[in-house]
Amino acid sequence: MSEVLVLVDHVDGEVKKPTLELLAIAKRLGEPSAVFIGGAEEAAAAGARLTAFGAEKIYVVDDAEIRGYLVAPKAEALQQLVEKTSPAAVLIVSGFEGKEIAGRLAIKIGSGLITDAVDVQEGPVTTQSVFAGNFTVTAKVTKGTPIITVKPNSATPEESGGAGTVEEFSATISEGAKTAQIVASQPRQASGRPELNEAAIVVSGGRGTGGNFEPIEGLADALGAAVGASRAAVDSGWIPHNFQIGQTGKTVSPQLYIANGISGAIQHRAGMQTSKTIVAVNKDEEAPIFELVDFGVVGDLHTVLPAATEQINKRKG
Amino acid sequence: MNIVVCVKYVPDATGDRQFESDNTVDRVGVDGLLSELDEYAVEQALQIKEKAGDDTETVVTALCVGPEKAVDAVRKALQMGADRGIHVVDDAIAGSDAVATSLVLARAVEKAGGETRVDLVVCGMASTDASMSVVPAMLAERLGLPQVTFASVIETQGDQVRVKRDGDSATEVIGATMPLVLSVTDQTGEARYPSFKGIMAAKKKPLDTWSLSDLGVDAGQVGLSVAWSEVQDTTARPPRTAGEIVKDEDGSGATALAEFLAAKKFI
Repeated sequence: MSEVLVLVDHVDGEVKKPTLELLAIAKRLGEPSAVFIGGAEEAAAAGARLTAFGAEKIYVVDDAEIRGYLVAPKAEALQQLVEKTSPAAVLIVSGFEGKEIAGRLAIKIGSGLITDAVDVQEGPVTTQSVFAGNFTVTAKVTKGTPIITVKPNSATPEESGGAGTVEEFSATISEGAKTAQIVASQPRQASGRPELNEAAIVVSGGRGTGGNFEPIEGLADALGAAVGASRAAVDSGWIPHNFQIGQTGKTVSPQLYIANGISGAIQHRAGMQTSKTIVAVNKDEEAPIFELVDFGVVGDLHTVLPAATEQINKRKG
Repeated sequence: MNIVVCVKYVPDATGDRQFESDNTVDRVGVDGLLSELDEYAVEQALQIKEKAGDDTETVVTALCVGPEKAVDAVRKALQMGADRGIHVVDDAIAGSDAVATSLVLARAVEKAGGETRVDLVVCGMASTDASMSVVPAMLAERLGLPQVTFASVIETQGDQVRVKRDGDSATEVIGATMPLVLSVTDQTGEARYPSFKGIMAAKKKPLDTWSLSDLGVDAGQVGLSVAWSEVQDTTARPPRTAGEIVKDEDGSGATALAEFLAAKKFI
């Protein structure tokens, strides 16, 4: 069986959940091989987790030389690994960086590329959700080694246990790849709540909050949910951009999405329309968001949410 | 400075977007327009020019690859303030994937520069139709240039570019030296509307139409038949069934909401 390369997404050796999902997908297509780009100590920290979740091999690419540069060196390292291993596919987590690495890799190795898959099955045949979630598309790569970026939450991690054989891989990085420099980096502050694109429940607020996100956060915490926002709330400066859901923010597909004071413009719908259950609270009964909901409350979120939160906390007892 | 801003003509996202029988995006049956996310790229290109303060020295060229109607996207960019337009149109391009599109764009950027090199290629963060976000990276790869992408704040000083990039797990400052490929997000600030004066002036601006042969790109390298990926099937998502909507009266809304969540086992 051919190897399937999975580029590991990690912060200082802490492997993110979407990578574990990719390992589960890789198992459907061949033998999962994790590609870890980072320091040796970090690799040791990540190794156990990658092995537990099915990695048969772990290629460790020491990043001492390439840390501090944007995207291009990682694409070069992957290119060399693809040449060495002739894998059945390369899987990368969909995100800014992942998609750009994939784009460069596609040109380098002359292979087709599919982005933002929400499912990958044997073939590999991918499923994507397009046009603001209005269409489902199945596709496959027809040339070269399929490169597929996969959205978080597209598979369930499986603690299948692999061999986890570690192999050092020294990539040769060209000077040309070291031209865009990361001058400074500020890691995102942990909110203590689930990550937006991994959460089972998302509670979000928009213009209707008037800038007061307390009712949103209160309900989110009662439900163990992540907090999100519409672009209107972000543009008003009420909440940072990394909370934005929609076309130019994150796409979420949780079990439950509760939109509060959000009208439901197409740009927002693009980011949440595929949620399993959708609930909305909005003062305006004409708001287009109500066309999408399983349950809606026409009312003021500033009174409805705190009261609902109190009842939920009571029910939880 | 020589700036090329790449603009895409896309089906209006508020329209009824569909696929053709060959699974390509229907670009004829739905009204099209300059992709909203590329307006930010045009805006930033114009701001960089304005900041340079050398009105005739710095040239902003709007470049679009697309069918006949796509010239509207170039016109809009000219109305906003770009100095010159290029529309690459060729029947053979129809159905091209991002890989082929980036090839055509790369050759067009090279030709657009002519004798003087292009210092800056500016792109939007994604298109509003395919929304892959990979063309800027592919362009950088093909042109052998640094990529400074997903910028939310841009600073230029001479040939130095510094941007803020809101990455997946960190906010970063990225620096590079021109020439380079820059992509900008909607966080860079509202794009200007064309003024009446701008609309009138646009009519007199140079707008070139190039074919593949003008770029030296073989027609066999582009188009649907040689795409490196293939859409097998497209299915419209079934419309969501109408849900229950209640009016909040004296707290009834909160109770109904809590009951709904409990019934669905979310509590």
